[in-house]
Amino acid sequence: MPAISRDEVAHLARLARLAVTDDELDVFAGQLDVILGAVARVGEVAADDIPPMTHAVPLSNVFRPDELRPGLTQEQALACAPAAEEGRFRVPQILGEEQ
Amino acid sequence: MSSDLIRLTAAELAAKIHSREVSAVEVAQAHLDRIAAVDGDAQSGVHAFLHVATDAALASATLVDESIGAGTPPASPLAGVPLALKDVFTTMDMPTTAGSRILEGWRPPYDSTVTARLRAAGITILGKTNMDEFAMGSSTEYSAYGVTRNPWDGSRVPGGSGGGSASALAAFEAPLSVGTDTGGSIRQPAAFTGTVGVKPTYGGISRYGLIACASSLDQGGPCARTVLDAALLHEVLGGHDPMDSTSIDAPVPSVVDAARRGATGDLTGVKVGVVRELGGEGYQAGVRTSFEAGLRLLEKLGAEVVEVSCPHFEYGLAAYYLILPSEVSSNLARFDAMRYGLRVSEGASAEEVMAATREAGFGPEVKRRIMLGTYALSSGYYDAYYGQAQKVRTLISRDFAAAFGQADVLISPTAPTTAFPLGDKVDDPLAMYLNDLATIPTNLAGIAAMSVPSGLAGDENGGNGLPVGLQVMAPALGEAAMYRVAAAFEAARDAEQGGPLIQRCPEWS
Repeated sequence: MPAISRDEVAHLARLARLAVTDDELDVFAGQLDVILGAVARVGEVAADDIPPMTHAVPLSNVFRPDELRPGLTQEQALACAPAAEEGRFRVPQILGEEQ
Repeated sequence: MSSDLIRLTAAELAAKIHSREVSAVEVAQAHLDRIAAVDGDAQSGVHAFLHVATDAALASATLVDESIGAGTPPASPLAGVPLALKDVFTTMDMPTTAGSRILEGWRPPYDSTVTARLRAAGITILGKTNMDEFAMGSSTEYSAYGVTRNPWDGSRVPGGSGGGSASALAAFEAPLSVGTDTGGSIRQPAAFTGTVGVKPTYGGISRYGLIACASSLDQGGPCARTVLDAALLHEVLGGHDPMDSTSIDAPVPSVVDAARRGATGDLTGVKVGVVRELGGEGYQAGVRTSFEAGLRLLEKLGAEVVEVSCPHFEYGLAAYYLILPSEVSSNLARFDAMRYGLRVSEGASAEEVMAATREAGFGPEVKRRIMLGTYALSSGYYDAYYGQAQKVRTLISRDFAAAFGQADVLISPTAPTTAFPLGDKVDDPLAMYLNDLATIPTNLAGIAAMSVPSGLAGDENGGNGLPVGLQVMAPALGEAAMYRVAAAFEAARDAEQGGPLIQRCPEWS
């Protein structure tokens, strides 16, 4: 029984916005199954009462002084956009016809 | 003349430039000539560089020469010295790709803090170096722009992800480079190429403008051919940056002084801990032999060697390959084909454009890690995978704290093997991950570590004549002790082996 099925990998790819091909799915399903089998070892550690560590340096609410500084110009921000129009990012259709 | 210049250390070059014995332009030109002679392209040559900035490099060097000529003190101890920059740091005047198709041709609208500090220090940026895509990989074979070759043996990998930055040093294309280390991407390539690579304490060098792989693990750091050169660069790059909220607001450790002190060779009173779990089974015989010879050398220098145990390190790899992909899946969501980078399938819905663009723009390793992270973070699996990995991270951090109660620095081999042949592990992700066995625990704990060459894996001991690295680890902000031990070790090893290891790297042909 594999840790992860081909259908589950296809679902993950959809969630992650990756239009993977059928051939890729075959390869990835096998590889992810092997990797998940290996990383599942973390479950062997008795750690119920251990606090999780999210970050190496304990920090919270780090602020910079609230000062005006130059930012990017509109031209700079749009310079590398795949498409721009009238000073704005031009994007594909976001909502369907019926929405 | 110019062929002599490329073999000098950064400290030696700086002394010559600042005393006007040679100009910064001559030094830059010598390195640009070397790059033109050996770097080649994806098909042949070292291929350490993805972009060579000839004009910008010469212009920067000219400014340094003019400033020195006018009697102005050098902007930094490294003013005029050339450097190769990993293509993961943003540069306004050069393309920045992070080794990915999705950023092909991207010109960032701002400089990373590392880039800005290099410029302010008068360091000549020669160009941008090759890397595994978004720093995911241990061989530089996952770059979208072709492999980088190991100058010690062109049929082998230079390690990764910073294979370009390490190979540039070993091929004498640059005396300094900058890398990033998420799970060993500075240290393992240093070991594979017989060079020095430092992963500073997490937060020690700003991440602003460093294209993120895994934000809680990523750390930029200096790479060089000597410990002193790495220390000089460390002090240029280090220090608090208000633009990075995880940057440590504390003075940069005095690593240059520590390296100079260490080079005098006395380690009396220093306790060195050998981590029992980072060695033995799974480590090549040639690597083990070189490590054991290194231990004897440290004892000869007066260090007291003790064995320490870090029982949770055996779960480090598993925890890392859950935490890292989880952060990756989140960080790389920004590549949505809307604001910058590649866009394919014009005309379809936004969601279709995103999926098609990411499919075309990302390589297989990046896709694997995004999907793995998406899985580990999904409801129903979160506690068993991501949550449990974070608890293991706490236990690894506690193991380090206990070990540093018994020793000033810890040591291990940097990598389980020497450089492996190109193509060997590229289709076996898990085999590739095992390269990071000894380097990952320090990233999880956020402490400092570096790799310094310990010698060659001798033929007589089952080795293959390739470089081996010794890893030295220190507590957070304990870089001074680490540099001291590494510098002492380097000096003693050079004396014992008849000169710097890197000078034995064969001429590229």
